[in-house]
Amino acid sequence: MSALRPLPRWADLALLPVLNLLLAVLVSGLVVLMIGQNPLTAIWAIITGAFGNGYNIGYTLYYATNFVFTGLAVALAAHGGLFNIGGNGQAYVAGLGVILVALALQDTHWLIVAPAALVAAAVFGGAWAFIPGYLQAKRGSHVVITTIMFNFIAAALMIYMLNRVLKPAGVSGPESAMIAETGRMPKIGSFFAPFNYTPVNLSIFIALLALVGVYFLIWRTKFGYALRAMGQNPTAARYAGISNSKMIIITMTLSGALAGMVAFNEVLGVQNRLVLDFVADAGFVGIAVALMGRNHPIGIGLAALLFGALYQGGNELQYVISGLDRTVVVIIQALVILFTGAMEGLFRPGLQRTFMLFSPEQKAEAVSRETVGKES
Amino acid sequence: MKFSTFTKAITGGIALSALLTGAALAEPALIYDLGGKFDKSFNEAAYNGAEAWKKQTGGNYQDLELQNDAQREQALRRFASQGANPIVMMSFMWESVLAPLAAEFPDTNFVVIDAVVDAPNVQSIRFDEHTGSFLVGALAAMKSDSGTYGFIGGMDVPLIHRFYCGYAQGVKAVKADAKLIENYTGTTPAAWNDPVTAGELAKAAIDSGAEVIFAAAGGSGLGVLQTMADAGKYSIGVDSNQNYLHPGSVLTSMEKRVDNAVIEAFTNAGDDATFKPGKINLGLQGDFVGYALDEYNKDLLTADMISQVEALKAKILSGEIQVHDYETDSSCPL
Repeated sequence: MSALRPLPRWADLALLPVLNLLLAVLVSGLVVLMIGQNPLTAIWAIITGAFGNGYNIGYTLYYATNFVFTGLAVALAAHGGLFNIGGNGQAYVAGLGVILVALALQDTHWLIVAPAALVAAAVFGGAWAFIPGYLQAKRGSHVVITTIMFNFIAAALMIYMLNRVLKPAGVSGPESAMIAETGRMPKIGSFFAPFNYTPVNLSIFIALLALVGVYFLIWRTKFGYALRAMGQNPTAARYAGISNSKMIIITMTLSGALAGMVAFNEVLGVQNRLVLDFVADAGFVGIAVALMGRNHPIGIGLAALLFGALYQGGNELQYVISGLDRTVVVIIQALVILFTGAMEGLFRPGLQRTFMLFSPEQKAEAVSRETVGKES
Repeated sequence: MKFSTFTKAITGGIALSALLTGAALAEPALIYDLGGKFDKSFNEAAYNGAEAWKKQTGGNYQDLELQNDAQREQALRRFASQGANPIVMMSFMWESVLAPLAAEFPDTNFVVIDAVVDAPNVQSIRFDEHTGSFLVGALAAMKSDSGTYGFIGGMDVPLIHRFYCGYAQGVKAVKADAKLIENYTGTTPAAWNDPVTAGELAKAAIDSGAEVIFAAAGGSGLGVLQTMADAGKYSIGVDSNQNYLHPGSVLTSMEKRVDNAVIEAFTNAGDDATFKPGKINLGLQGDFVGYALDEYNKDLLTADMISQVEALKAKILSGEIQVHDYETDSSCPL
């Protein structure tokens, strides 16, 4: 078999994910068909449910905000060769920091509350990821194991805090007191009418800043260089004088701080109180987002938007077609992850052949590529 | 200031409902709680009520099963903005979400079961769980002479303590020296749907000598009923009539006629002329709570037991027996 040429960059970054997405949608359509519903109606319901009007777009952006944060958290760690699957727990514990700060400062002004809560979210989320990072760096406990275990510890801790500490008198459910009106971060709907009544709030700008910030951190700083060096080859990084253990701890802490921003969005921006399980598995969706976005901020932004649309459209689905609900969207998400992650190679060889058909390789070029490949 | 936000909310709400779907259908909507629509208990009672209403009137309704707590506001707003009226919600978890939304949609009528929200367009329905539980407690004490009686609650919240407290008083009214075992499945809404843990708690109670266990635990109660049936002992169901689940083992069920409340709400709450906002208490009067008697448990309850429990019921209704309500002072003096 003749050697295949690598795909052009645009095909690798855009065409392949789109093909994978289409395949996922196609297979999901078959599932919908098997349930006995019209797949085209379902897909149309998801699309209009996500982008049909300002109200829907507002919700889509709100979900996407969460996924940007968790996607970046996963991607940052992934560049250092670390797989942080504890975004859920880190975001959950960060909620504790947000609510404590917000309730303490609620009578001042939201302009004071918001920055303080932002820092608290980063500190609490970061601290929750620092421990697995430390254990990985100093004790060799694998972060995949420790971060997922820390999700459970976080859930238990938060149930305790909500039931025994934060629950105000006269409330039955496990939830904290409401933040006073003066301390609530305004929603975008309050000054941009189409987003009226939607939860999208100022944290979306924090998300955009985070996308840019992470790009600069990874590709434009010394730290980012060291991070990528460690991710590519820890031994070489060590040889080059980079302290891997220090890098692991810092990276995990930063990753946790990014995941913690979900709490900033949810607790201060949307719910205005701490409720049980407010993360709603955004941490795990972040893994898919990072995977699909190829760990690059632009890709993560787009993938977060896609998953936000799937979430919101999926919510709408159950109101439009009875008999279908969010579980269908869970299937679509699972298929997207399957085709973009696990079976990413499915289209690659075929696509590579197609590209070679359309632009035959020059012999000299191929020879030089092959010889370079042999030597390395 | 107050006025302007109010009008903004109205115009926004109208614009929104025009934007969404277009079809301004005044169909009633029903939102189940986290135990799930088919929990054979609390939520299923509401479903049965809605289905009965549908059969009676030929009308249509929309319903929704919640997936998690953070979803409440979006779900409620979705129904309200597409013009559903009335909107019926299940469980005490709605208090903090419903209050601001009711102000935002002043033209929609809301009915909330098991919670109290004070707003001009909200009807809050509460059931006297303590008196109904008192009666099944008395039946439990008459049935078993073991001296130990079990109670397994769902989520550890004041509402369920109210069940326990009534039950315990009922047991003690018949057997003053009885010992009670009180357990809760968990502290989160997941406790409404965890039959495995509830079943284990039932086993522990059996080991401590309990022959009858009252399960006030929504979907989790199924685990208790199953465990007691397997052990050849007795259980008491809750909310729906669960006697049919294990004939010969389910002694009776503390019925809470959520179904009737839903039928009533669907029939009358949609029209402002017949809608009655405010708090409504449903109790022994009109049999909104009570013990269930049907062909599945008629062999378990003797005529003597029934006449005794009917006498107790008459005494509660006449005020001769005061059943202490846990929620009045958050304590249960026994």
